[in-house]
Amino acid sequence: MAVDDNTVRRIAHLARIRVTDEEVPHLRSELNAILDFVAQLDQVDVSGVEPMTSVLPMDLRQREDKVTDGGYADRIVANAPQSEDNYFVVPKVVE
Amino acid sequence: MNAPVATHNLIKGATGDWEIVIGMEIHAQVSSQSKLFSGASTAFGGAPNDHVSLVDAAFPGMLPVINTECVAQAVRTGLGLKAQVNLKSVFDRKNYFYPDLPQGYQISQFKHPIVGEGEVIVDLSDGRRIVVGIERLHLEQDAGKSIHDLAPASSYVDLNRSGVALMEIVSRPDLRSSEEAKAYVTKLRTILRYLGTCDGDMDKGNLRADVNVSVRRPGEGLGTRCEIKNVNSIRFIGQAIEYEARRQIGIIEDGGSIDQETRLFDAVKGETRSMRSKEEAHDYRYFPDPDLLPLTFDQAYVDGLAAALPELPDAKKERFIAQYSLSAYDADVLVAERDTADFFEEVARGRDGKAAANWVINELFGRLNKEGHTVATSPVSAAQLGGIIDLIGEQVISGKIAKDLFEIVWSEGGDPRALVEERGLKQVTDTGAIEAAVDAIIAGNPDKVEQAKAKPTLLGWFVGQVMKTTGGKANPQAVNDVLKAKLGIE
Repeated sequence: MAVDDNTVRRIAHLARIRVTDEEVPHLRSELNAILDFVAQLDQVDVSGVEPMTSVLPMDLRQREDKVTDGGYADRIVANAPQSEDNYFVVPKVVE
Repeated sequence: MNAPVATHNLIKGATGDWEIVIGMEIHAQVSSQSKLFSGASTAFGGAPNDHVSLVDAAFPGMLPVINTECVAQAVRTGLGLKAQVNLKSVFDRKNYFYPDLPQGYQISQFKHPIVGEGEVIVDLSDGRRIVVGIERLHLEQDAGKSIHDLAPASSYVDLNRSGVALMEIVSRPDLRSSEEAKAYVTKLRTILRYLGTCDGDMDKGNLRADVNVSVRRPGEGLGTRCEIKNVNSIRFIGQAIEYEARRQIGIIEDGGSIDQETRLFDAVKGETRSMRSKEEAHDYRYFPDPDLLPLTFDQAYVDGLAAALPELPDAKKERFIAQYSLSAYDADVLVAERDTADFFEEVARGRDGKAAANWVINELFGRLNKEGHTVATSPVSAAQLGGIIDLIGEQVISGKIAKDLFEIVWSEGGDPRALVEERGLKQVTDTGAIEAAVDAIIAGNPDKVEQAKAKPTLLGWFVGQVMKTTGGKANPQAVNDVLKAKLGIE
């Protein structure tokens, strides 16, 4: 499995990372190096083996249905570049 | 695909008949106190960002912890849809960027949903019954809310909804008309409300539908579909389907083809519009959420929830038909809401079921609808309505007086039996009194008496006159009998 220049641009766009044309070939070879490295795992036959989701035999922790959090809108928006009346204010997102 | 095409569902185009194929994704907000993965409140409204925890706002280092009640609600819903409940399911990240999604991904379930295949039985108003297949139900987070009209160049974001638990219920493309689609959503909403797993309040956005519509020539394979996003009323669902089907037929008949795309329904104009600008974002790159282990439980847990489920609408309907000898239609009307069904049963207890159904459906519902009341806020209680029905049964009052009595109880309240006594509403069954009234009318109208002998239908006029002079309190059957005897009509 290898990625080409267009795939690199597409991944960058989906992740909202700006990538210049000059950077693309370098990123492509880095990504392909990573993919080649991981591809070594393909040598192991894992058919019939359940994917491991945790190194410890644990169950998903659950919590009771109680309101225990919230009520601090000022803290929620404290780091926002722009806010008003405790709303986040962002550039207009509809055309 | 090989099912016979039901001709009543075909719609006419310029070049022949077309069949509509509809599948739906319903987003139902889980009824819970707190959010799916945080302890913030799910209450509707609230000041901006007040019901938001650091988890919901995706602050660095925050980790999701699942709400056990949301899991139970999803399992209950699965049971209510007669669906496969999966003892192991997995949460995945659905990645996309939007200002009201602070995580940059929605936690959802992709490959391994909590609930698999099920079905919903839908009885249509024309008496047909359809079975709509459910493909799956999965748990996921709701997004926040963007408000676009507070400022000209900015959008305002409120995360109060962010992280609230939703159940996405995906149907198979089993629906063939806007009527079927509307009936399906109505039935699903009824089931959810019975289960108490979603309040079904579409005005608040707690139940909304993505509607997939395609058209085809009868007998052909599936056509290209368009998805109409976020339709938030049952009426709009119908309108959106009608418009969209016509639009697609128009394009195909003009030699064009349908682009698979996402559209939105404009309720003001009654049309669907393309949302093409968001299309390129549809590469969600799902992967298992590394913050969450698989969700597992055992069959005993599922059985425990199943044992505690209330009687569901289908079972209740069957029981009403059997126990109270109701028509399927009346039973449908009564079981549509749990409150209504309970009210009816309280009225019907120890009384004639049909009479109770008639009074609840025809008199009470009519009046409640007119005045914008619901059963919960009804000025006439089940006990009062039952009292009125008892008085008719005991022949203390006539059916006509009963309606007057209903009005009095509605506007003034009080015990029906006491009201009848106080206001002298008792039916006159005393033949002597009725005979006197009849004699007076006959004596006063010799011409009518002559006519009636030739034309027995005039009897109705006499009955009316007697009722008038007795203030409607005469027993109609007794009046009829006396009149027939006196006028010599068989």
